[in-house]
Amino acid sequence: MGSAFNVFLEAAFIENLVLAYFLGMCSYLAVSKSVKTAIGLGAAVIFVLGITMPINWLLNKFLLEPGTNIFGGMLGQEMDLTFLRFILFIAIIASMVQLVEMIIEKYSPSLYISLGIFLPLITVNCAILGGSLFMVSRDYNLVESVAFGLGGGFGWFLAIVAIAAIREKMLYSDVPPALRGLGMAFILTGLMGIAFMSLMGIDPAALANGGK
Amino acid sequence: MADVQETQLKNQEATFAFGKKERKLLSDPLNDNNPVTVQVLGICSALAVTTLVYPSLVMAVAVVFVCAFANLAISLMRNIIPGQVRLIVQLVVIATLVTVVELALKALSYDVYKQLSVFIGLIITNCIIMGRLEAFAMANKPWQSFLDGIGNGLGYGLILIAVAFFREIFGKGTLFAGSPAELKIIGNTSEYLLNTEATWWLGWYANNGLMVLPAAAMFLIGIFIWIQRSYNTKLVDIS
Repeated sequence: MGSAFNVFLEAAFIENLVLAYFLGMCSYLAVSKSVKTAIGLGAAVIFVLGITMPINWLLNKFLLEPGTNIFGGMLGQEMDLTFLRFILFIAIIASMVQLVEMIIEKYSPSLYISLGIFLPLITVNCAILGGSLFMVSRDYNLVESVAFGLGGGFGWFLAIVAIAAIREKMLYSDVPPALRGLGMAFILTGLMGIAFMSLMGIDPAALANGGK
Repeated sequence: MADVQETQLKNQEATFAFGKKERKLLSDPLNDNNPVTVQVLGICSALAVTTLVYPSLVMAVAVVFVCAFANLAISLMRNIIPGQVRLIVQLVVIATLVTVVELALKALSYDVYKQLSVFIGLIITNCIIMGRLEAFAMANKPWQSFLDGIGNGLGYGLILIAVAFFREIFGKGTLFAGSPAELKIIGNTSEYLLNTEATWWLGWYANNGLMVLPAAAMFLIGIFIWIQRSYNTKLVDIS
């Protein structure tokens, strides 16, 4: 349990998906003009990351990985299907987003109206697929992958809300015309990245042991 | 009957034409309609690979390949894809092409494959490719879509390599590190082209550690956008 909490902290603050890996940059820049919409998209990303990570983990283990997949038992010989990983992951993400959209539409129309337009966007949010690929390359277990999904989503939420708030304030500043809007958003993200880097020296495992 | 034949012939001629319109498809994305600095697409999967020029070059080639052939495939199928499931069809086509790229890269250059790690997979969610499929390939003929794919891939690669050039030369003092044609430009040993120890007017020079950090890529793109919009004032954001 302790290690899952460390994974959560690490994903949310130290290795922030946006500010350390540039994942989910497109929607981050496009939808950060007002805080309200940024909160909506951020919440949807937390939700979808939290759902797709465990599903992809299970499918990766029981359908693709040699040695643990069910085809090995069925055919009596090992099969390595990992080359299908991209197609499987993206299909799961696309269908999960569609499913989430339908469920929200049915049970909470008010939430659907506030999130509605952002949900389809999330399919092509690199943070979702990137999260699943990091999960595979870092060998997380099931609990850790849920923690990584929620933590990564929370970090993404923090970053987009922060930049939206800064951009709202920037409207009153005297920025050179050619730098206005997009150019300034890039430079601000760079500065935020440097600020988040000061968290890099923190080792969550050491904190859990009382600073040793 | 003759009329029909004539229009068919005309259509055939137009299929592989390379006129002014086609040239514009290739050149527009390089400046006026650059996918990164103007359309703000595809920033996600790329910036983390721009610390060195060589992996960026590989990434650019991969994106040109995937973008061109995904455009071609979707354009060929555009009349038979049902509207509701088009996003999933597009994603499957892209994912297949990316798998091809991944396997090819693994076989040809394992070091670069390790360096790019998850970012090859993330070409799938590169919004440039999805964006062009939606905006262009679904409504245009295969040959034009193919050219549009190449153009947008090149526009993206141009920014990628420009960012990587500055980050590598100021961050590490080398160019094309990791490739067979590595150049050592500036550093404090005699291996480098410009030896800061031996040149009296360069004694102060040191590699800039900031350039290796992710933040440097953001600053560089910000500055590129600034320069481009200063020349090209019609791109300036009014809001």
